[in-house]
Formats: sequence, C-alpha cells, structure tokens
Amino acid sequence: MTRHDAIVIGGGLVGAAIAYGLTRLGLKPVLLDEGDVAHRASRGNFGLVWVQSKGLGAPHYQRWTRASAGEWPALAGELGARTGLDVGLRQPGGLHVCLSDEEMEARAAYMAQLAREAGNLGLEYRMLSHAETAELVPGIGKRVVGASWSPYDGHASPLYLLRGLHAGFVEAGGTYRPNAGVSEAKVAPNDFTVTAGGERFSAPCVVLAAGLGNAGLAPMFGLSAPVGPQRGQILVTERTRQLLDLPTTTVRQTEEGSVMIGDSKEDAGFDTLTQTPAIMRQMAERAVLTFPWLAELNIVRAWSALRVMSADGLPIYDQSEQFPGAFTANCHSGVTLAGAHALLFAPMVAAGALAPELAPFTARRFEHVRSAA
Amino acid sequence: MFAARPEARPATVEVLVAGKPVRVPEGASAAAAVLLAGLPAIRTTPVSGAPRLPYCMMGVCFDCLAEIDGVANRQACMVTVAPGMRIAPQQGARAARPESA
Repeated sequence: MTRHDAIVIGGGLVGAAIAYGLTRLGLKPVLLDEGDVAHRASRGNFGLVWVQSKGLGAPHYQRWTRASAGEWPALAGELGARTGLDVGLRQPGGLHVCLSDEEMEARAAYMAQLAREAGNLGLEYRMLSHAETAELVPGIGKRVVGASWSPYDGHASPLYLLRGLHAGFVEAGGTYRPNAGVSEAKVAPNDFTVTAGGERFSAPCVVLAAGLGNAGLAPMFGLSAPVGPQRGQILVTERTRQLLDLPTTTVRQTEEGSVMIGDSKEDAGFDTLTQTPAIMRQMAERAVLTFPWLAELNIVRAWSALRVMSADGLPIYDQSEQFPGAFTANCHSGVTLAGAHALLFAPMVAAGALAPELAPFTARRFEHVRSAA
Repeated sequence: MFAARPEARPATVEVLVAGKPVRVPEGASAAAAVLLAGLPAIRTTPVSGAPRLPYCMMGVCFDCLAEIDGVANRQACMVTVAPGMRIAPQQGARAARPESA
C-alpha cells in the first residue's frame, strides 16, 4: 500500500485540474485514471471557455463560471511555464448567433435576465445587429439577424489542456496511475484506502472526479452524484488559414486552422460509437447559414461524446458529511471550469472545506426536488 | 531497376501541372501527373511549411493535396485526370473564401 496526501479518482479534465491544483499547494496526490474503457468526455470536448450561456436562474453558477474564465489566463500561463505546452487559450470575447427574429428576441431576454441575476457582479454584453456582427466575424450569411456578444468568452484546446495538466501534475511530483479503475474502497472519516489496478492507495482525502463513473462511486463514500449521459456531436473541417477570430457557441476555428462545428444535444444512452446523419446535417446547415463559406470546406472528422449531466444541468460539488475528506466534483464543462477547478476548488479540498459559494451546488438540492414532488 | 509494366498505356491525356503541360495515360491519377512533372513539391504543410510530394498513392496520407481546377485541398491521388485539368501547388492551409459567399 502506498500513502499519499490525496487520491483523485478520474484522469480527465476535472480530475487532472484538481490533482494539478493540489500539487501547486505542495501536496503529493495520486491520480487514478480508469483507462481506455472510460467514456473520456474530455477527449470529445468542443473547447469553449464559455460564460455567456451559463447559469440562467442560477447566479451561483454564473459567478463560478465567470470566476473560472478569470482564472484561466493564470492557469494557461503556469502550465506553459512549467511544461512548455501551449494550451491554445484565447479569450477575445464570443458570439451567440441568432438566425431569426424569434431567436434574437429570446436571446435578448435571456441575456437581460442573466444580467439582472448577475447583481453587483455585473455582466457586460451587447446585442449586436447583423451589420455589427459582420464587423466582428467574416462572411456571415443573410439569415443572421444578429448576435449576443460578451467579452468574457473564449476557447482553448481540450487535448493540449489535458496533456498540460497531466504533465504539470507529474512534473510537480504527483503520482499518475493509468488503467486504475477503482475496484474497492475502505472508507472512514479522513481515512481512505482505495484499490485500483491491483494496487492499494491510502490518503486522508479523496476527490471523486470520474465523470459519469461518479454516479456509481459516490455512494461508496457517503456521497451522491446523480449524473447521466447527454450526447453531443462534433464535425471538424480540414485546416484552413486563420479567419475566424471570435468563437461562437457552435462554431470555432482552432489555432491549427480546423473549424469545429458542435453543440448538439441528445439522449442516446452510453452510445458514442455512432453519429446520426440527421443531427450532423442540422449542425452543418446551421453552421452554413451562419457562415456560408463553410460550405466549401471538407469535413474530415466527426465524433460524439457524452456530457456529464445532472438533472438541472449544473455542476455538483460536495464534501461527504458521513466521511469528511471525501469530495465530489461533477460537471459537463471540463474546459470552461478548469481554471476554477485547479486554482479555486483544489485549495478548498486542501483546506478540508468547500467555500460557502459552492454550497448551492450540493447534490442535496435534488432530494428537495424529490420530496417536493 | 524500374521497368514499365507490360500493359503500360500510351500517354494521351494532357493536363497542366503548375502551368506546365504533362501527358499521362487515360485513367491515371492527378498525383501520377504531379510525379511525372518532376516538381520538387506539390504542397507545403499548414503548420511547419514542410514540402510534400504524393506518397501513398491510395488516399491515406494526404501528402498529395493540391489545388485542382481551382478547388484547394484535393487528394490528387484520388482524382482521375481529364483533358486540360489544372493541377496547381498549394502553399500551406487552404484559404476559405468568405468574400465569395
């Protein structure tokens, strides 16, 4: 058995960000990664660092997302300095494009409510006309009525981020174990022993960050993580010269030049092996209505992946009451929230208590819903 | 070391490779025309700018990307020649054309 300062279960973006954040504080955690049988939402991520569509009716989520976007430059800078890897962060602001008057009205109402709920935090945004949108991005289609713009939005490379977090974690003295799915756990307050990949690991603290796997793991630690899969599909074009400076909710150009088209949502269970032509067509049609010049480009890749969704779409963060020292982190925004996970959440774990601003994210909110129904 | 295959066909189709006329057999690929033309490279890569010539000749490696009849990023080895076809070198990534939309 090996002893560690913390056990982080899950080697995707959430687990790696938290584990990396713990090493920054001088701790020596072990990071247990299930292996290639895992669903690996991190490897299907679209790559937005996105603020302007997050947290309607949930100001605590809006604040958390904004805080994360604010931490991102420091995280990217640090990872670059420690590992030499450029995670491709750019935060030039972003657009949510509307293709009809109805969409535009609904978006304006949405942003206005988001701004009201932001309270003293404030929310800088503008509703742009067709002409104003055309000044920010090239070659928009006639059907584009306008867009909402906020200065907080941006994007990054999910794959370089994952690699950067892993490299930074190992460089700082963390222990990484691949093919280490958890088979057994012995739990007591601030005393955890986990068996994974045939080895036993012991620590006073454990963080469950295993994505969809958290649903099964959480009860072993006196926690609850009611999350399920929501499938998203992505289309990728061949590389083209840099053209699109601002990301939109559904279209972004990577730093290597590929144009990614995304943001479908469907319930397809755990199936990530198939892409559905009807949905791919819808995504492509909308992208081409927004940017007609995309129609000339070849699609070279397509994939689907599973978001880690709770019933209300918000993250879940908890510390076990029964077994203090056991934490859980669940979300579908592993890229956007990486800044917060590494630089804000990890220090809370190290301190042994989640900050009050995370209290509304507890899974106990779902018990209230059930008892009310 | 290399000999023409016995069933070699006569070079009857004239295409333009980087503006220079090249004659190839009917049914040959644009990549074959590129190799016959003897260019040092048909494209440069988008990221590092490295020079490339057709390599796998079976649609896998994408080293033969060229601008064919005005369309960029075509796999020359997967395109059959036609009389008068224009096969032009491509420098780096293709450019999207927002002004044309």
